[in-house]
Amino acid sequence: MSETKKTGQTVQTTGHAWDGDIQEYNNPIPRWWLWSFYATVIFAIVYWIFYPAWPIGHSYTPGVMNTITYTVNGEEKTTHWNTRALLVRDMQTGEAAVKQRKHMQEVANASFSAILSDPKMIDFSSKIGKVLFEDNCAACHGMGGQGVVGLFPNLVDDDWLWGGRTEDIQNTISAGHIGFMPAFDKTFSEQQMDDVTEFVLSLSGQAKDKERVARGKVLFTGEGGGCYYCHNQQGTGIKSVGSANLTDHIWTIADVASQKDIMAKRTRVREVISHGVNRTMPTWKGRLSDEEIKLLTVYVYNLSGGK
Amino acid sequence: MRHEKIETNVGLLIVLTLIVISIGGLIEIVPLFFIDETIEQVQTPDGKDAIRPYSALETRGRDIYIREGCYLCHSQMIRPFRDEILRYGHYSLAAESQYDHPFQWGSKRTGPDLARVGGKYSNEWHKQHLMAPRSVMPDSIMPNYPWLQENSLAYNDIASRMKALRLVGVPYSLTDAEYEKNIERFGKGIADQLNIHAAEDNLVAQADQGNYDGDQSRLTEMDALVAYLQVLGTMVDFKQYEEGHFAEFR
Repeated sequence: MSETKKTGQTVQTTGHAWDGDIQEYNNPIPRWWLWSFYATVIFAIVYWIFYPAWPIGHSYTPGVMNTITYTVNGEEKTTHWNTRALLVRDMQTGEAAVKQRKHMQEVANASFSAILSDPKMIDFSSKIGKVLFEDNCAACHGMGGQGVVGLFPNLVDDDWLWGGRTEDIQNTISAGHIGFMPAFDKTFSEQQMDDVTEFVLSLSGQAKDKERVARGKVLFTGEGGGCYYCHNQQGTGIKSVGSANLTDHIWTIADVASQKDIMAKRTRVREVISHGVNRTMPTWKGRLSDEEIKLLTVYVYNLSGGK
Repeated sequence: MRHEKIETNVGLLIVLTLIVISIGGLIEIVPLFFIDETIEQVQTPDGKDAIRPYSALETRGRDIYIREGCYLCHSQMIRPFRDEILRYGHYSLAAESQYDHPFQWGSKRTGPDLARVGGKYSNEWHKQHLMAPRSVMPDSIMPNYPWLQENSLAYNDIASRMKALRLVGVPYSLTDAEYEKNIERFGKGIADQLNIHAAEDNLVAQADQGNYDGDQSRLTEMDALVAYLQVLGTMVDFKQYEEGHFAEFR
């Protein structure tokens, strides 16, 4: 090892010289670095004592003086430190969880009419409900509940396929639904399709051809088409099977409302009659707790004022 | 300075570096193969294994999931924190990814976690969302995947794919003995699904019955991918376990 002068002190070099004059200092490791290294070693040893660390055969050292206690069916359970037990304890006695549970239970124990007449509970359910809605429902029904015409129902309008009372909404969220209308492309001839289309438009006062309407009515209200099974004789729909009310101006599947031209309106209605409808509202019972479903019900009910 | 000897001998440096690095890895990983609690015992009420390998169609969907790089933005690992389980549901169990090769845990969430996306949305939603995410989620930055609906599903190599998975320990059955064992372990219905000899028939039957892409005239990649997404995280019925049950496996 040779030595070289560096501003007033002597530092060793590695002894090599490249290109004649390039040398490398051989400084010791900085003190602070060395002590940090020792500190991490000490930290590791302390950690081994208090936390699960070393494997021994089929088991491991669980750590001492560092247990987590939680309650199962009224019985206290104590276990070595681990993140799963930590979570159980956090859900049972954590500050945020306890605060939330208090409100949750209030809502769970109250009837819908009681919730809807208590500003405090409405406030709570609209806040929690909004979060739940955005996590779970907004993917289909949109952030504001506006839905997607033709695919997912609008929740803010005044029309409810499966009923808009709180109990109906609760049942819809909890059990889910299958919205089904058969395809009629093999049942109806071209002319029959035109006739039924015209009759359907006539129900909301949008038809232009009276002869077609008359023929369509026979198909709709008779056995020829049998549409009345689900939409009933007046075309107002039946809530228990989720069939659409065809007499109002709210169109959830055929996008008629946005069309000005009668030909375009006919095309939209025809598409639905010929292809049918097959859509699913998933079941949320099991995925969400009963209280969460109740909160969501209140939230959805309040989106439109319910019915 | 003795380290000079190592630093000036590349071969020795490589060998010693490898040894030092493997010690850390081996100490962390190897014991997990022996510790009893590593993989949770999850059984149905009638004593069968709750977690089953993916069916032929789901396996094919998983291939497409990997091909399209879904894992780059979506994790499949719900961690045991309050905020995570409030949003995504019960934390993921080791048992739930025991047949995943490779696992899809991930740690990068550009999109949401998908570990329990099964059953959360309808098939129609998945189809619509995969074709054009912004048609249902205006804020979404997910790309469109319209070709999933255009491409016919190639499944003539599904048996070979299942054979390859069988080699790394997934209990797809090739022999009668393995089939019998699967009946005992999973029940007859699932054992039939795991039979490699019937893989193609099973795949077509499941796609026909599930009608995942809403088009029964043909079998598309959309069918397979949606079938896979719809099974994610649905195998364990957490209702049958009391709170804290799975904490005992740690």
